[in-house]
Amino acid sequence: MLGPALVVYTLVLLVPILWSVAYAFFSGSPVTGFKFVGVHNFVELVHDPSFIQALEVSVKYALAVTTGQVVLGLLLAMLFHFYLKRASGLVRTIVFFPVVLPTVAVAQLFVKLFQEAPQNGLVNSGLQALGLVNWERDWLAGPTAAFWILVGMDIWRAMGFYAVLLYAGLVDIPVEIFESARLDGARGWRLARYVVLPLMTPILVSATIFSLNGTLKVFDSVLALTQGGPGFATTPLTLYMYNTAFTYGDYGYGSTIAMALTVLCLVATVTIFRTARRDVTA
Amino acid sequence: MTIGTTTVDTPFSGRARTGGLTERRGGHGRGPDVVLRRARRLLLRTSIVILVLVEVVPLLWLLISSFKTNSEFYTRPVWSLPKGLYFGNYVQAFTTGSMAIYLRNSAIATFPALALTVLLSLAAAFTLEIMRWRGRNVVLLVFLSGIMIPAQMVLLPLFTIYFKIGLVNNLGSLVITYTAAGMPLSIFLLATYYKSVPRELLEAATIDGASIYRVFWQISIPIVRNAIITVALVQFFFFWNDLLFSYTFIASSNRLTVQTGLLAFTGQYGQVSWGPTFAATCIAVFPTLAIYLVLNQRVIKGLTQGSLKG
Repeated sequence: MLGPALVVYTLVLLVPILWSVAYAFFSGSPVTGFKFVGVHNFVELVHDPSFIQALEVSVKYALAVTTGQVVLGLLLAMLFHFYLKRASGLVRTIVFFPVVLPTVAVAQLFVKLFQEAPQNGLVNSGLQALGLVNWERDWLAGPTAAFWILVGMDIWRAMGFYAVLLYAGLVDIPVEIFESARLDGARGWRLARYVVLPLMTPILVSATIFSLNGTLKVFDSVLALTQGGPGFATTPLTLYMYNTAFTYGDYGYGSTIAMALTVLCLVATVTIFRTARRDVTA
Repeated sequence: MTIGTTTVDTPFSGRARTGGLTERRGGHGRGPDVVLRRARRLLLRTSIVILVLVEVVPLLWLLISSFKTNSEFYTRPVWSLPKGLYFGNYVQAFTTGSMAIYLRNSAIATFPALALTVLLSLAAAFTLEIMRWRGRNVVLLVFLSGIMIPAQMVLLPLFTIYFKIGLVNNLGSLVITYTAAGMPLSIFLLATYYKSVPRELLEAATIDGASIYRVFWQISIPIVRNAIITVALVQFFFFWNDLLFSYTFIASSNRLTVQTGLLAFTGQYGQVSWGPTFAATCIAVFPTLAIYLVLNQRVIKGLTQGSLKG
């Protein structure tokens, strides 16, 4: 009974993975034909300024969004658990909702929020109403602003997810632990730092790994919000790989970038896992 | 200081009533402490309100804007309510924007893939978890490793294959790709459920003379019915919201899915025609919203479960 699943899985995922690895040693595309180039693509990779830039965007974006998602998620989870209690159901449902929305729709909403021409979006109109006319601008046309809007959008979209995930972890902590910690005088910040954080370490590690793996692979939000622009300010590895393969017709080099991305995800996962383990044993 | 009833109760029943952490300190401090506590509560309430507003306002703005005529955008503030329910934007999104075709295409790609991925994953999870054979752990690991691999790693070879066999611009390419891409997570979730099925139940059936196929179809499937619904729900969102694969494999305008269609529509008209853009975006949001409204607790549980593998 395993047969059909294994066949489909092998043909559609396993074979293409190996195929991709093989592509990395060629240059060209199915249209132009392939030429064996050995390790040339890998040499090119380390000398390619566009690759370095895309790598920087990917890493910066992943760090910013993962931090935002996990930190805000934890704060929300603590808010749900310690202050809202049972009443948190509705708030949780509302905050989780953007998670299931199509990325293109969310991105389109954010484009409109920050638009200037031919008509001000909500943000520019708000600034105008507050008398901050100097602040009005075409937000997504600025490299820095576009990057942070992208970061903000993806935090906005996913923080409810991490809130619910971490909330589930908080609920699992026996209530007596908080009771006795409070009797010992820990509350507020100290309760969070010395009781909640250590107890939550395993689930926080899982959440961080999950978030990093998702954010390093970001593609949809970038494509739908900025198309990687202005210039290459928001072009991460995934989009650079896509453009290399389909716009410039170099499948070989595209596959090399994809491999670099895969390695990056693995390294990130292993690093977090190792660091976390050391923290726990230390 | 007393701990009260909390310790004997379940985590929530006790603390929900008494107000928990902040309030029980009440017997301790007087005077300034009360003011401090009020200020803190106010701060918390405000942050909750802000939080809900941040999540809800953009979505509300999207909805009300979809009912505005084009001139309203230029003559009145963007946050004003529409003068009336103007459905012209929706008409335009469905006619010039062909949103109906995109919705249909998305359904054609999503639902067969859902059925296939659930069925194949069920059979695989059953074989891997219920039947005991050598090497099953290795196979399970191979399936699960698929969760880690970026889609970029399979994109180019898949495109080459689909191009060669004429599946580019065919929704069939999406059905095949989704089916395979959905397997790692589905198998993982279903295997976890199968693990909790009492083995005696299935063994008893086998002793009574049921074949392994009968045990699979007639006994195991009804038991994991809930899990099947959860898995299908989770995968629905992944397939329906997919952009990377549909953007790569489908180019002809009458085969676009909701996501690529919306992207094309907003790219073409988005800058100037605000009303129709908002309407088209609402249409794209609606199916997921509808499902979420009815099944939100199940969706939340299913989606968060999938990530807790670590």
